[in-house]
Order: sequence, then structure tokens, then C-alpha cells
Amino acid sequence: MARRLFSSPLTLIGLFIVLMIIVLTIFAPWISPKDPLEVNLGQKLLPPSSEHWFGTDEVGRDIFSRIIYGTRISLKIGLLVVVIAFPVGTVLGAIAGFVGGVVDQIIMRITDIFLSFPGIILAMSIAAALGPSIENVLLALAITWWPWYTRIVRSSVLSIKNAEFVESARVIGANPIRVLFKEIIPNSIAPASIQASLDLGFVILAAAGLSFIGLGAQPPSPEWGAMLSSSREILRDAWWAATFPGLAILVTVLGFNLLGDGLRDLLDPKNR
Amino acid sequence: MTLLEVKDLKQHFTIKKGFLGEKKIVKAVDGVSLHIEHGETLGIVGESGCGKSSLGRTILQLLKPTSGEIIFNGKNITHLPRREMKTVRKDMQLVFQDPYASLNPRSKIRSILETPLIVHGMNNKAERMKIIESLIDKIGIRKEQLDRYPHEFSGGQRQRIGIARSLTLNPKLIIADEPVSALDVSVQSQVLNLMVDLQKEFNLSYMFISHDLSVVQHISDRVAVMYLGKIVEIANVEDLYKNPLHPYTKALLTAVPQPDPTKKRERIILQGDLPSPVNPPSGCPFHTRCPVATAECKTEVPELREKEMGHWAACIHVQPAQLEKPRLIIS
Amino acid sequence: MDALRYIIKRLLLMFPILFGITVLTFFISNTIPGDPARLAAGPHADAKVIEELRETMGLNKPLYVQYGTYMNNLVHGDFGFSNFSHQPVIEDIKAYFPATLELTLFSMFITILIGIPFGVISANKKDKIADQFTRVMSLMGVAMPAFWLGILLLLFFYLQLGILPGSGRLDTGLSPPVTITGMYTLDALLSGNWTVFQSAIIHLILPAITQAAVTIGMITRMTRSSMLEVLKSDYVRTAYAKGGTDTRVLYGHALRNGMMPILTLLGMTFGHSLGGSVLVESVFSWPGLGKYAVNAITYLDFPAVMAVTMLIAILFITVNLIIDILYQVIDPRLNYD
Ligand SMILES: Nc1ncnc2c1ncn2[C@@H]1O[C@H](COP(=O)(O)OP(=O)(O)OP(=O)(O)O)[C@@H](O)[C@H]1O
Ligand SMILES: [Mg+2]
Repeated sequence: MARRLFSSPLTLIGLFIVLMIIVLTIFAPWISPKDPLEVNLGQKLLPPSSEHWFGTDEVGRDIFSRIIYGTRISLKIGLLVVVIAFPVGTVLGAIAGFVGGVVDQIIMRITDIFLSFPGIILAMSIAAALGPSIENVLLALAITWWPWYTRIVRSSVLSIKNAEFVESARVIGANPIRVLFKEIIPNSIAPASIQASLDLGFVILAAAGLSFIGLGAQPPSPEWGAMLSSSREILRDAWWAATFPGLAILVTVLGFNLLGDGLRDLLDPKNR
Repeated sequence: MTLLEVKDLKQHFTIKKGFLGEKKIVKAVDGVSLHIEHGETLGIVGESGCGKSSLGRTILQLLKPTSGEIIFNGKNITHLPRREMKTVRKDMQLVFQDPYASLNPRSKIRSILETPLIVHGMNNKAERMKIIESLIDKIGIRKEQLDRYPHEFSGGQRQRIGIARSLTLNPKLIIADEPVSALDVSVQSQVLNLMVDLQKEFNLSYMFISHDLSVVQHISDRVAVMYLGKIVEIANVEDLYKNPLHPYTKALLTAVPQPDPTKKRERIILQGDLPSPVNPPSGCPFHTRCPVATAECKTEVPELREKEMGHWAACIHVQPAQLEKPRLIIS
Repeated sequence: MDALRYIIKRLLLMFPILFGITVLTFFISNTIPGDPARLAAGPHADAKVIEELRETMGLNKPLYVQYGTYMNNLVHGDFGFSNFSHQPVIEDIKAYFPATLELTLFSMFITILIGIPFGVISANKKDKIADQFTRVMSLMGVAMPAFWLGILLLLFFYLQLGILPGSGRLDTGLSPPVTITGMYTLDALLSGNWTVFQSAIIHLILPAITQAAVTIGMITRMTRSSMLEVLKSDYVRTAYAKGGTDTRVLYGHALRNGMMPILTLLGMTFGHSLGGSVLVESVFSWPGLGKYAVNAITYLDFPAVMAVTMLIAILFITVNLIIDILYQVIDPRLNYD
């Protein structure tokens, strides 16, 4: 299994990026050369150099250090959103598929409603209602994201709910809750988990977008989307202030996508 | 003594084709009556789709019957609430066809075997292990193998694990739905012999479902032949194989290779395809393919009658031998 | 007959969804914010004003009554009053929507123009250099923050080279064409105003490319995989056997039959573009719904945000409905030769 994972260069690149992000997140204080919030007006708008690899911003903060600290914020949002949305979506999807009938109808119609909004728009309005802050963006994204897992898990549950090992649990008299949590869910969350690994990237992207329009992290937080947003003021004088935070988002999202794609190929029964 | 009695059992599935689509009814089991004695094996044979599995699952209450009664151990269990049904489940178990699909791929064998005991409230781990260890000893699985996953075993081993699981609760009746048809021929007889041994040891009754007539012959005391949801013939195994009465049974039997070439029968080939259980033929369901069908067969539904001593068939063209008193339904 | 039944079914199913959308937006606007009256009154209002507002907004009534009022207003085209533009939200939407629609249509046009040929080439040259390149590009496109790409394009084409405009819909000094559809390019064409048409097109280029970058990646991937399916099939082999040339077979036969899943994806990209408009319009100060919504957020003008949200959702499901119906009506199995 591991060998197959490593035989695809793109997956390897993805894995490498994700590992790098994890390392940066954990060791940010040791890796970053400067304090990400330290204002130094004497050093403002400096282009990239050996001292400031990615240059400095309008108040002289070191952009390289800010980007490193930014991994913490982005990874935290990505993980927390998935950690909230995944179990909620999974359990609802499993219940819908398992119980069927009216319960299924109700749950699926609710997910349809959520999915009839383009994701970022729904998240935007919820975050706007809650008020601008990173926690609210997190909550808004979680509320927007769960229906995807519900759909995926429901369809995998439907495909195994009449499997013989599930029936065997019913024959011995196991109650439905036990059947659901011990037999059905463990055997039907693989596709949704792969989706979750892809989603880590997309959640980070969406959160950056919401911060960009002023809903998420507020300055002076070194959040990538917020950094991009304020870079617009100094675009004429400091191309680096706009370039590097965006590059950080691109690389991060790409990393999770590549890894997720690789995992999907790995778990696809057609490739076994 | 009768362990299981089934009276006029029906299992009709409603299938709906799409939203606004018209409803269709599949008569998977359509008025089956039978009984199984303590320690007896009743074989059920029939072509694919004739409703054997549906019958088994309905008896086990995995499917809610459309109508009819199921009396188990003197108790009518047809409409028991789930809680009460749970205690009955201890006494009737199912062995599945596919040894690859019937074990949870993410559970260790230990946990697969332990689950029935846990579900039925045996909280003492040591006690559970004692039961499991004595069982796996009988099926030829070693204690060290308990912590392996199903995919680490061969098909035959898995099927034996499946049988062991059905025995953990010490049941009285086991419904085995094609338990050996997914196995290699070489492994089939091993598993069959194991089932026979276990039957003696635990005084089990079997309802043994198969489309393989020779396997059924080997293991059964009595055999029922199903066609489109109905039993068309039921008799002792010797009577049925030596002296089949129903034209369908005759046709099935001629298709079986005979061990004794001198007794070679002429093969009867059935015309046409198996009709759909959605629109079963009128009258006798077999008339569309029957070599001896007459005009009457298209309209008259033949009842299952005792034609010879203990030998029942549903065909108007089979003349009853002289019985003291013809009875209508199996008692 | 089946197609008709399908259309009826889909139309019927649309009502519960529409109802659900209003319930959800009602829920977001009336129960999530701690106090809608405080929101509506603005950050500097005093307690008495807020209390009065609560009364006039009917916030002291039970929720279902409030929902009834809300629905009633919606049906009558009343989406609330914007305290930031000082006019009914519906007026603002009428003013801003054409700009968004124009941008979305243009970006979808670019998406189709680039995405589909790239997908076809990629499938036809599977695993060759062209395919590898296309696949990496589409992966990048999907992972790319569109608003960042927009900023980079601004930086290069507007600030650095100065060859393309960086904001707005027309050069300053030009007045908009006579309003017919509200889409400047179309209106300029219809009224024969060539100068305005040129200016409008030039202003569209950067935002539309930015918007399209993400969807091109999606369409390319989808076209590639559905073409691969089709190319394997018998009738394409037959077409080649009959002596069809590459271009004819690829674009004539195969693409026509691979079109169906792509059509579905176009529906999705439409939604994606509408969603993305919030970000892209902010970057280019494009005066559309997205920019309007973002401004409304900045000014805590909540009715405006919710109106845009609901409008976009309704638009999105309508487009998907139309595509699903098309899909059903033009069944590809009828087009095999
Ligand atoms: N859950 C269900 N819903 C609708 N139809 C069903 C269902 N289960 C079985 N059927 C139909 O009922 C009929 C009998 O099926 P069943 O599985 O009982 O046959 P079988 O004799 O066990 O066949 P096989 O030898 O293939 O296992 C078939 O036509 C089948 O399609
Ligand atoms: Mg069966």
C-alpha cells in the first residue's frame, strides 16, 4: 500500500507539502526569523532580500514570518471545520441511508436546501450574521460543509446496508444503533474521509476568501486572506506583499488536493 | 416434535419505478406452508429467483411478512415486538451464502464471534472466551487466529467461522442459505460434513437452502421444491429423488448427473424462461413450461396435496395413491 | 412522455427547495444575529431607537408570524430596505445584477472556449506531454485563490504594463449605453455604440479571466474524463474506421456525445462563478451583486446581504433545473449517428 502511494510523484509532492505545513505549524516560533506582529516603520515596504526573504509590508512587518504563522491559522480552520462538519454529516448521512423512508426524505431535502446555495455565499451570509471574526467564519464554513458528507455517506451506506455482515448483526438481535455504529458506519466512511482530506484544502481556500472580504481574521492577524486584502492598498509599491500570501494559499490547497487524489486512487477498488 | 411451523406465508415486495411511477408487486413468497421437526433437516431447492432466500429471511423476521404465520417452538412469533423477538433470535440463526460478504471486514474474528454473546448480555469476558474457544476448536480454527481479520482466511475457513458465529448462542434452528455454493467443490463436502457433525452434537434443526440438488440430497431428511414463490412438491428425500411426482421436479432431477449410469434418465429440457414473479402466470405457475400442461392448468390453481404417504405435490395431473384420508394442508 | 413526466417532477420538487431556501435565509437573518434590530439600527443607535425598531420590525411577534410577514414581503418583491444605499434592496439588485450576469456569462464563455478544447486535446493525447501539462494546469486552477490571481493580473496588466483597465465597467468619461438589458456590451451593440462596446469589452477581460481560471480547471478535467469514456466506445471506433479525420470524429461525433456530463458541470460552474463573484468583483471594483454584498457587509447592511444570498441561490437552482431538463430532453442516446 505504501509502495503504491509513493509510486505517484504527484501524491508524493502532496504529501511533502502537507508534512511541510504541519512542521511549519508546529515549529512556527522557531522557524520564523521575526515576530509576525512586530511593527518597524523604519523598515516598511522593503523588497525581498536576504534579511526579509519575502519583503516587508506597509508597517515594516516581515512577510515571511507572517506567512509561517499564517499556516497555524489556516490549518486550524481547515481542521476544525472538517472536524465539526465531518461527524455531523456522516452521522446524518448514515441515519438517512440506514433508516430510509420519511427520515431519509427529511434529511436529504435539508441537505438539498443547503446545497442549493453556492458554498461561499451561504458561508458569507452566515458569517455576516454572526459578525466578523475567525471563529464565526469557522462556524459558518462548518454549517455550509456538512451536507457534502451527508450525501457521500448516505450513498455508501445504501450500498452496504443490505450486505450480509450487516444482516448477520440483525440476525443475532443487535439493536439498530449498534448495527449502525459498529457495522455500517465503519465500513462506509472511506469515501467521505477522502473527501475530507481534499476539503481541508478547499476550506482553507474558502476561509481565506472570507477573510479577504473582511469577514474572517481581522488585521493585524497574519491570516493569508487578510494579508492579501490589505496588500491591495500597497499594490503599486510592493508586489511582494500580494504575491507571497497568495502563493502560500495555492501551495497549501494544492498539497491537500494532490494528497487527497492520491488517497482516492489508492482506495479505489478498481485499482486493487 | 415440531420446532417450526409456517402457515400460508407470503412475502410480497412493492417496487416503485421512480417518482409517479406505477407500483409493481413481486410475489417472492406466495403462500408457503411447511414444518420442521427437532433435529431434522429440511432442504429447499429451486431455481434462482424462486424466493428461497426471501422465505428464509421472512421466517427469521428480517423481512416483515405480508401475511401468514410463523410458529416457532409453540409460540407465534409473526408479530413479536423487537425486544421479544430478540430472545427468540437466540434460538434461530442464519448462515449466509457468501463467506466474503458475511463477515465484517473491519472486525477481528474474536469480535465477530463475541458480538452475539455481548448483544445477549453475557458480560463476563472469561465466560465468553470459554464458549468461543470451545467452538473454534470444533471448526478447526486455532486460538491464535482469533485476532486476525476475515480477509486473512480462506473461503472455507470463513464459512466455518460464519457457522461458528451462528452457534455461539446455542440455537435450535439454523437457516442455511446456500452455505456452500460459493465454495470450491473440494471444500464443499468438508463444510457439509462439519454441519452434519454439529447437527448431531447440538441437536440442531436445519433449513438448508440450495439450488444444488445433489448437495440437498446429501444433507436433507425431507426436501421441498419451490417454483415462483410456491412449494410445488415436498417429501422425504428418498421418495422425492426416487419417485418425483411433479413435472417440475422431474425436469430438475433429470438435469442432475446420475452417479449410476445404468439408471440414466432421459433429460427433460424445460422450454422458455422462468416467468417474472411480477406477473406470474395464471393457474398453475408452471404451466408455461410444463411438458404435460393442459388447458385446465391455465385456469386452475393446483393445491399442494398429499398424493402418497408424506409426499405432497401441487399438480392436478398427479393422481393420488389410495390414502386412508386425503388431507388438505400439511398439519 | 418520460421527458414530460420528468420535467413536471422537477418543477414540483423545486417548490419545497424554494420554500427551504426562504426558511434558511429567514433563519439566518432573524435568529442567528443576536438582535436584528440592533443590526438594522446600525452600530451607533441608542437603546430607545432599537426598541422602537423592534416593534416596527415585528420582532416581538412569534417566529412563525415573522416568517409569514417575511414571505409575504418576498412575494411582493420587498426584500427590505438598505440603510446604506437608502433605497429598497430590490432597486439595488435591479441596478447591480446585470453587471454580475454579464461578468458571469463572459467568464463562462471563456471557460467553454478554453476548457473544452483543452479537455479534448488532453483526452486524445492521453499521458503525453500535452495531457500532463493540461492536468497540472487544471489542478493549479482549482487550487488557486481567484482573488489572488486577480490581484496579480491587476499588478501586471494594469499597474505594470498599463494596457488594460483595473476597475469599473467603462472608461471614465464614457456614459453607459441606453439600458436595455443592463449588460453594457449587449446594450452598446444593440444601440450601435461602438466606442462604448469596445470599452466595455476591455473592462471585462481581466475580471472574466480571473473568474474563469477556476472553472476552466474544472471543465477541462470533466471534459477529459468524459471524452476518455466516449473515445473507448464502439461508435467512435466505427467513425474512424469509416475514414473520419481526427477533427471530425473528435469534435463531431465524440464531443457531441461527451457533452452531456459537461452540460451538468456547466451548471455547477455557473454556481461557482456566481459565488466567486463576491471575491472577483471586490478585486476589480466591478459594480455587481458581489461587490454590493461585500459593501453591505462592511456597512452591516444585513437585508442587502440576505437578498443577494437568496437571489443567487434561486438563480443557481433555476439554472441547474434548466440544465437537468435539457439533459433529459436531448437524450444523447438518440444522437448516436
Ligand atoms: N428486497 C426486495 N425487494 C424487491 N424484490 C426483491 C427483494 N428481494 C428479493 N426480491 C425479488 O424476489 C424474488 C425472489 O428473490 P430471492 O432472493 O428470494 O430468490 P432466491 O430463490 O433466493 O434466488 P437465488 O438463488 O438467486 O438466491 C426475485 O425476483 C427478487 O428479484
Ligand atoms: Mg438466494
